[in-house]
Amino acid sequence: MIDVAWAQFTPWTALAGGAVIGVAAAILLLLNGRIAGISGILGGILTTSPTDIPWRAAFVAGLVLAPLAWMMFAGLPPIQINAGYPVIIAAGLLVGIGTRYGSGCTSGHGVCGISRLSPRSLVATATFMAAGFITVYVIRHLIGGF
Amino acid sequence: MAFTLFSLIAGLTFGIGLLLSGMANPEKVLGFLDLAGQWDPSLALVMVGAIVVGIVAFRLAAKRGQTLLGGDVRLPTKSDIDIRLVVGSVLFGAGWGLAGFCPGPGLVAMGAGEHKAVVFVIAMLAGMAVFELLEKRRSQS
Repeated sequence: MIDVAWAQFTPWTALAGGAVIGVAAAILLLLNGRIAGISGILGGILTTSPTDIPWRAAFVAGLVLAPLAWMMFAGLPPIQINAGYPVIIAAGLLVGIGTRYGSGCTSGHGVCGISRLSPRSLVATATFMAAGFITVYVIRHLIGGF
Repeated sequence: MAFTLFSLIAGLTFGIGLLLSGMANPEKVLGFLDLAGQWDPSLALVMVGAIVVGIVAFRLAAKRGQTLLGGDVRLPTKSDIDIRLVVGSVLFGAGWGLAGFCPGPGLVAMGAGEHKAVVFVIAMLAGMAVFELLEKRRSQS
């Protein structure tokens, strides 16, 4: 049986935040005609033609500046990172290689791909979710944490 | 110019959505990925909220065939479900489960001044560069 952490469950901010993420993807799609796939936008900076760099860099800058914009109106929500530096580095390398090899991440496949009912993105999302569930299971319940 | 500006606005909006939803917090993400522990289902609702809005947006874009600015809509052309898609997604999911970071939240947490997020983003960029090197070698052989 699944033991739900009701004390941590935040349905309304999760739904609202998700809708805002959807609006962000809609802005990029309807105004610029581009997919809000963050790994693709970021990875493209390393490879595409120079004329393509400004919009990609601007999108990434928007993400990085979001906490500053938020702090003009309210205190930042908690950002708790328990993993140590070696784990963080391994995670970053895996995420970098994996998202490029699999052509997308939680935003490109998970949000945009599923929104346009792409079977390829459905498979990718199911796969990385399953890999995430298994990884956390192994770390927390088999190894007992780092 | 407008293209770059709208891109910045989209990125800012995306980041605010990640902060509001709780997804910028790795511990919250790991709470969702921990099915066998105390499970926090919030992340599933983030996906629901985003996809409901996203479906409307993609339908609109498909109907119009061009952007509101009159430009072209560029959708991914790949449709094959191949070994690269699955292997890449497994590697990504493993990295996501290790630290609770995927690319967007990593960038947002970096903007919030989290040192570990800066290290995560540098490692992620290094991973992407490794991918490009491997691809270059593959295309030459």
